[in-house]
Amino acid sequence: MAISRFKTQSIFHGVIWICAFSTLAVMVLILWQILREGVPLLTPHFFLESPRQMGRTGGIFSIIIGTLLITAVAVVIATPLGVGTAVFLREYTRDSKISRIIRFGTDCLAGVPSIIFGLFGFVFFVIFLRMGWSILSGGLTLATMVLPTIICTAEEAIKAIPYSYREVSFALGGTRWQTVKKVILPNALPGIFTGILLGVGRSVGETAAIILTSGSSFLMPTSLFSPIRTMSIHFFILAREGISMEMAYATGAALILLILLINTFANWMLHRYVRKLEGKGHA
Amino acid sequence: MSASWKGRGMPEKDKIGLQNFSSFYGDVLALKEINLQIRSRQIFALLGPARSGKTTLLKSINRLTDLIFGARHTGQIFLDEQDVFGPEVALPELRRRVGMVFDLPTPLPLSIFDNVAYGPRLKGISQRSRLEEIVAKALKSAVLWDEVKERLSSSALRLSGGQQQRLCIARVLALEPEIIMLDEPCSGLDPISTASIEESLTLLKKEYTILLVPHNIQQASRVADRVGFFLNGELIEQGAAEQIFTRPKDKRTEDYISGKFG
Repeated sequence: MAISRFKTQSIFHGVIWICAFSTLAVMVLILWQILREGVPLLTPHFFLESPRQMGRTGGIFSIIIGTLLITAVAVVIATPLGVGTAVFLREYTRDSKISRIIRFGTDCLAGVPSIIFGLFGFVFFVIFLRMGWSILSGGLTLATMVLPTIICTAEEAIKAIPYSYREVSFALGGTRWQTVKKVILPNALPGIFTGILLGVGRSVGETAAIILTSGSSFLMPTSLFSPIRTMSIHFFILAREGISMEMAYATGAALILLILLINTFANWMLHRYVRKLEGKGHA
Repeated sequence: MSASWKGRGMPEKDKIGLQNFSSFYGDVLALKEINLQIRSRQIFALLGPARSGKTTLLKSINRLTDLIFGARHTGQIFLDEQDVFGPEVALPELRRRVGMVFDLPTPLPLSIFDNVAYGPRLKGISQRSRLEEIVAKALKSAVLWDEVKERLSSSALRLSGGQQQRLCIARVLALEPEIIMLDEPCSGLDPISTASIEESLTLLKKEYTILLVPHNIQQASRVADRVGFFLNGELIEQGAAEQIFTRPKDKRTEDYISGKFG
């Protein structure tokens, strides 16, 4: 039986609409569930006090600090390494044996489950380098985890820069490094930023790798060698060990808000930067 | 030596010389045994159909061909009797002496001021007043100053196509080059923008050596002093513009100029 062209059209229209709606629905459901349970418990005390009685009461201040610190360590280490690698791959070498090996390596790294990174971090950073369960061990482990993402997004961003920009910079007497510094990096920054944000998201949400490398202490960290507990781990422990479902939801809600806050702030910074770079009234 | 000749109305030495110069991309021949002398303070037009090697010739002089994977050459190119492929040549320095304007306007995504100041800054000039001086002078020479002097800090991407191309010329002038190469600078521009670019070229040739790939034969006849006709990577004929356009020696030149192919 032949279906009219009009009918096919409207069927596909419906299917595509359902896809988009389902995606939205899943997101709304998750957010709604967590926020509905959690938000009423979010008080200033919850944010500004440290946990008491294993987290049954008190707040999550030390845990927020631990989460931010470990994420910062991961990003501060992974960004220069990742961006440097991407610049090397795109600007300093052509399709060569070395670049193929590096790409293959990062692709493999991207597919490794996080618990394996955790095991590596435990054996290498915690034990072999004697860093112990600490922010540093965890941050370094997270850095190796987010490195492939940062390399990949930075490379894509650099690839998207028109060849003419490079040609112009060289034609105006630029060296390769001047071209990278003045044209490539500034224009790739929005893409690099996206990679960093993805990395932040992965760091904040990670549990398995961090339990193995940073421990799960909820005490206030005093240095980079202090063990910590991140918000995701706190959530996991509270829920899994039946300590307090309410506090778990509150932590979850706080985590979602934190990620929203970081993303919004980063986008705002990026927007400001792009406008400043391109001069007033960017087209 | 050559400096003492400048500006006295005396015959000048050849600014650029090509000797048996051939260029290849991989195994593909782009230029075949070119012998050519170009004098200073003239507009030399490189005429010929697409893919005849004109752009390759320009990019060989300032060695932008180095950026292209698989590009190689035989023979020599001299700039003031110095081999541009010589081991002692510093590429940034060479490219400052030989400025290039591309066929499509290529403003960097920066403000108008920063675009023109790009080259001088690379050279190490950072003093604001000095940069302002250079930028103003370059924009005036490119006949763009009056249109943009009120909005130097706005994005160069917002300029019209013709303005962008004159900005690219100003950007090259800010390098204080000796030679300016323009690769079809008026392709994609309207007649009015084209006229203003041609006007600036005729002013500029008083101080610079200009190599121009014109975007049509009429443009070459309007501005060129000397013309070389290229076909499939070969230099078929060269001579004074008037001679080439009225009494070409080679049949192929005549056919091209009279519009039989192109």
